[in-house]
Amino acid sequence: MPIRFLSVLMAFAIGAGPAFAAGLPQLDTSQYAPQVIWLAISFGLLYVLMSRVALPRIGQVLEERQHRVNDNLEKAEALKEEAESVAQAYDGALAEARAEAQAIVHQAAERMAADAAERLAQLSERLETEITAGETRINEAREQAIANIREVVVEVAGEAASKLSGGKLDNKTLEAAVDAALKEHG
Amino acid sequence: MANPLQQFEVKTLIPIHMGGVDASFTNASMFMMFAVAGVATFLMLSMRGRALVPTRWQSMAELSYEFIAGMVRDNVGNEGRKYFPFVFSLFMFILFANLIGLLPYSFTFTSHIIVTFAMAITVFLGVTVIGIVRHKLHFLSFFMPAGVPVVMAPILIPIEIVSYLSRPVSLSIRLFANMMAGHTMMKVFAGFVIPLGILGGWAPLAVDVALTGFEFLVAFLQAYVFTILTCLYLNDAIHLH
Repeated sequence: MPIRFLSVLMAFAIGAGPAFAAGLPQLDTSQYAPQVIWLAISFGLLYVLMSRVALPRIGQVLEERQHRVNDNLEKAEALKEEAESVAQAYDGALAEARAEAQAIVHQAAERMAADAAERLAQLSERLETEITAGETRINEAREQAIANIREVVVEVAGEAASKLSGGKLDNKTLEAAVDAALKEHG
Repeated sequence: MANPLQQFEVKTLIPIHMGGVDASFTNASMFMMFAVAGVATFLMLSMRGRALVPTRWQSMAELSYEFIAGMVRDNVGNEGRKYFPFVFSLFMFILFANLIGLLPYSFTFTSHIIVTFAMAITVFLGVTVIGIVRHKLHFLSFFMPAGVPVVMAPILIPIEIVSYLSRPVSLSIRLFANMMAGHTMMKVFAGFVIPLGILGGWAPLAVDVALTGFEFLVAFLQAYVFTILTCLYLNDAIHLH
């Protein structure tokens, strides 16, 4: 720092000229021995105090703190791992439960579908029998009707023939003619 | 006007003479003890709780520990672990010396070349011994980096040796000169406040306020520079370039 020294010199020139002539106290060699001796004593004392007492104490505290921090970090790591394994187990359980639920739903759906199919089959069977029964009844009714119509036709034809011819046709001839006509017209 | 260099005068408080050597307890010795007491009190009191979650004071103590530990780790590596207490003591000692020296009427012993030089030469000798013990004669290769052509050797080796030997000088003068310059400047400007009177005295006062802030930065920065250079020299001795 040359500026500092320059300003000191200036300060000497302004205000301390005569004092400078008296000599620097720092150059008084008669005071060197006591300075060095007491420097050795005081610095030696400080060194012993530092190396034996103060520094080990601070070092110990710092080390303890480092240990504690490392310990806590390890603990945190272990806890984190535990939490992760618990979360994994939870996820596993959840997935299992979901699969089970799905299976149950699936089963239920299958059962319901089977049920419905069975009922449908029963229903169609019943309907079939009813339809068959209905058809038989209709046929019977038709045949009945046709038989009734034949009698009426035979009667009407006899009446008509007797009116036309004036004579009476016997029933046997009439019935044969009507049957032939019915057969012819379906 | 007050002598701006008066603040650097060493005054004997308790005269002690041992075997012809002057070991008197001076104001400098007192402030060295204050620095030691300050560092020790700061670290002991703040770490009293040894709390898992630190208080503000404990946080500061831990911060200074981690600051220097990081510096040693980054600049020296794992081998520097052994020297951590020394580097830490050095940093805290200089930092507290600089900071306590900023109190009015106190004494800044880091503004004395003999003190900074004693610290620098200790670092220099220590680092050199570590280098020699670790690498034996191979340590001398430090002055002749690998891959340099042999013809360069007569120029390079003296340069390397001079630059190596100038390390304690630059290390000590940097700290001493910075502290001395700052304190002198503050004192000089302070000396102008009263003579310039109620109208003009504000200007040097304002400068001193700014300088005080600046000196806090310098106090930390110079402690940091001294310490990190110590780490770099240590690294050189351990890893040889």
